[in-house]
Amino acid sequence: MNTQLSRRSFIRGGLAGTVAAAVLKDKKASAAHNFEGYPDAMGVVVDLTRCVGCRSCEAACNKEQRLPEPAEPFDDFSVFDYMEHGQKRRTDEAHYTVVNRYDVPAIDHPLFRKIQCFHCNEPTCLTSCFVNAYTKTPEGAVIYNPKVCVGCRTCLVACPFYIPTFKYSSAFSPRVMKCIFCYDTRLKKGKPPACVEACPQEALTFGKRTDMLRVARQRIRETPGKYIDHIYGEHEAGGTSWMYLSPVPFGEVGLDTDLPNEPILNYVKGFLSFVPVVLTLWPALFAGFHLLATRKNRVEQSHNDANREG
Amino acid sequence: MEKLTVDNRSIPIVDHFKPDGTRWTLREKLWLGLTPRQYRQQFFRNWVNWLMIGIFAVGIPLILQRYIFGLGSITHGSNDYPWGLFLGFGLFSMVPLSASGFVLGTTVDIFGRKDFAPVERLALLNGLLGYFFAVVYLLVDLGLPWRLPYPLFISPGPAAVLFLVGWHVALYLSVQIVEMIPAFGEWSGWLRGKRWARSITLGLTIAAIMLSTLHQGALGALFTYAPGKVHPLWYSSEFQWIHFLCSSIFAGLSMVIVSSTLCKWTLKWRADERFLKSLDTLTIGLGKGCAFALITYLAVKIVSLAQDQEWSYLLTGWGQYYLLEMGVGVLLPMWLFAVAVRNRWVGLVRFAAFLSVLSVIWNRINTSMIAFNWKLYQEIPSWQEVWVSITLFALYFLVYRFILYRLPVLYEWKGEK
Ligand code: SF4
Ligand code: SF4
Repeated sequence: MNTQLSRRSFIRGGLAGTVAAAVLKDKKASAAHNFEGYPDAMGVVVDLTRCVGCRSCEAACNKEQRLPEPAEPFDDFSVFDYMEHGQKRRTDEAHYTVVNRYDVPAIDHPLFRKIQCFHCNEPTCLTSCFVNAYTKTPEGAVIYNPKVCVGCRTCLVACPFYIPTFKYSSAFSPRVMKCIFCYDTRLKKGKPPACVEACPQEALTFGKRTDMLRVARQRIRETPGKYIDHIYGEHEAGGTSWMYLSPVPFGEVGLDTDLPNEPILNYVKGFLSFVPVVLTLWPALFAGFHLLATRKNRVEQSHNDANREG
Repeated sequence: MEKLTVDNRSIPIVDHFKPDGTRWTLREKLWLGLTPRQYRQQFFRNWVNWLMIGIFAVGIPLILQRYIFGLGSITHGSNDYPWGLFLGFGLFSMVPLSASGFVLGTTVDIFGRKDFAPVERLALLNGLLGYFFAVVYLLVDLGLPWRLPYPLFISPGPAAVLFLVGWHVALYLSVQIVEMIPAFGEWSGWLRGKRWARSITLGLTIAAIMLSTLHQGALGALFTYAPGKVHPLWYSSEFQWIHFLCSSIFAGLSMVIVSSTLCKWTLKWRADERFLKSLDTLTIGLGKGCAFALITYLAVKIVSLAQDQEWSYLLTGWGQYYLLEMGVGVLLPMWLFAVAVRNRWVGLVRFAAFLSVLSVIWNRINTSMIAFNWKLYQEIPSWQEVWVSITLFALYFLVYRFILYRLPVLYEWKGEK
């Protein structure tokens, strides 16, 4: 954790140095980030063996977040067959969470998998945003501030789980739309998010992330053969608050299994660490080139002058 | 225009004074010394302008539509492909094509190659306008364009790569404006401004190199936020920014060749002997630079393939597409440049430059759109998005030409300077 901290401040220091330091004196800017994952962060385990695809969580989310009424009602299960560009449904400006059905050959019944923001420990949406629109709260939620967002959509590009969406339909107040773990209305008060509360199957278990890890491990241990021995989200992309248990390999339920086990930001480091080098070495280097390159001219010049005089 | 300049010996304007000794007013300079009627005549005689009118007739309503009904009304508004052509072309391609300013600035002012001076101003102008229009594309693409200053002043997020791009583009735009002051100062007679700008040339050039190295690279580094989304052949977490930086060098140089060629063909009346006489030799010199930059680029590409152990991808369909890009977009222009420079075939240098301009655009679109989300699907931009991109490019062309018609870029100012 300590090394991460120093790396962070190093990176921030390097980049900050590239512009007038005065601009960055802003306390809020540097305090707004905590990338290390808070010890008391909350989390949720999604147990795919329990989910029956009733879409109650979707309905609850829609209500809690006052999202527009969808075209198909929440008891319409034909949405599971919906495909666009060969893809199943994904989050969009009217859906912070969606449930999809996966027909897995190895087992005799379909599996259902809910998806929403994973509330990463070290969120890429947050680290890639150049106006600090995102905050990782001590409760574990990754929340978003529409008042400063410029609408560049880098966060959409950067999120490894394809979660944030943009309200393209609005010309005057577009914004990013994404799950915020019901932060304002529930999490802040210690309550579980609406979807968790709505689930009739107890497929979603809410608690401290560290406890949730323990719960998940226990389930794997106590019912051998029921689950794949892996908690998706324990380490993926540096660890996430929302985690998954599955009876089949995670790739078969549409989760990306190629994600690294480290925060995505580590991939950007190569460039970031070069920034201070350019800033400190370049001026001297090129001033030196200039002197070297023009020396010949100057020498010739004085030669010519000397010759002329002679 | 050609005809009018033949009829009228006082134009093109190259001096503060008319042949009869009176001073040109600024207004007359803006009208190129023509009467409004003559100006209109020459304007409508040119088929290029009719083409522009056609593009704008559709493009401007589309842009209005975008601001009234939202980005989603002219693009697919995709959440999987948040960045479309406006950034893929307008930002990621326009910026490298505008590296010309810093590359030629370095050649002339740092390495003391004064022989390249006749094209230096063209390169600077090309750089300035390219950046300016990259920002224009950005203003069309941003969801909330009126918040453009937010990342700079109101809510800076200094740990983000895009923050660096934003600041650097802003600073570099200012540097380039100052670098163009001498030309503007001569033309308008604002000599104090010119002298001041000249006096800080070296500092400006070094600032330009620093800023350019970083933000050209940073555009590449932006993709390192999406390691799993960009196809591994177009992605490298260590080398991405070097790829973008290296390719911007030949992109910028090639753009100078292309633009100077177009000037030679269509703006002869505005260029002077110094420019026209030296252009062929300089083109070959620039071509040599391109060849070296391409070799470096190729080498870095191969190193990064080896480093990330990506050879096996070359056997897939993506690999073939990648090899096509490398073959047509890198090896071919490299070879053409080399052959053309050795045999001093100016025409071939020009062709190779044209090819490498296209190849850089192709590479940026490949990285930002085609190889992006390679595990999902490919998205084809809507026709409106394509049309608006072309409209903005047409505007860029018009402004470019407007300035070339007037400021001493292709010619030396004869009057006091
Ligand atoms: S899942 Fe995506 S949107 Fe959610 S916190 Fe992680 S990076 Fe951000
Ligand atoms: S779209 Fe908004 S929240 Fe997302 S990166 Fe851009 S400014 Fe930040």
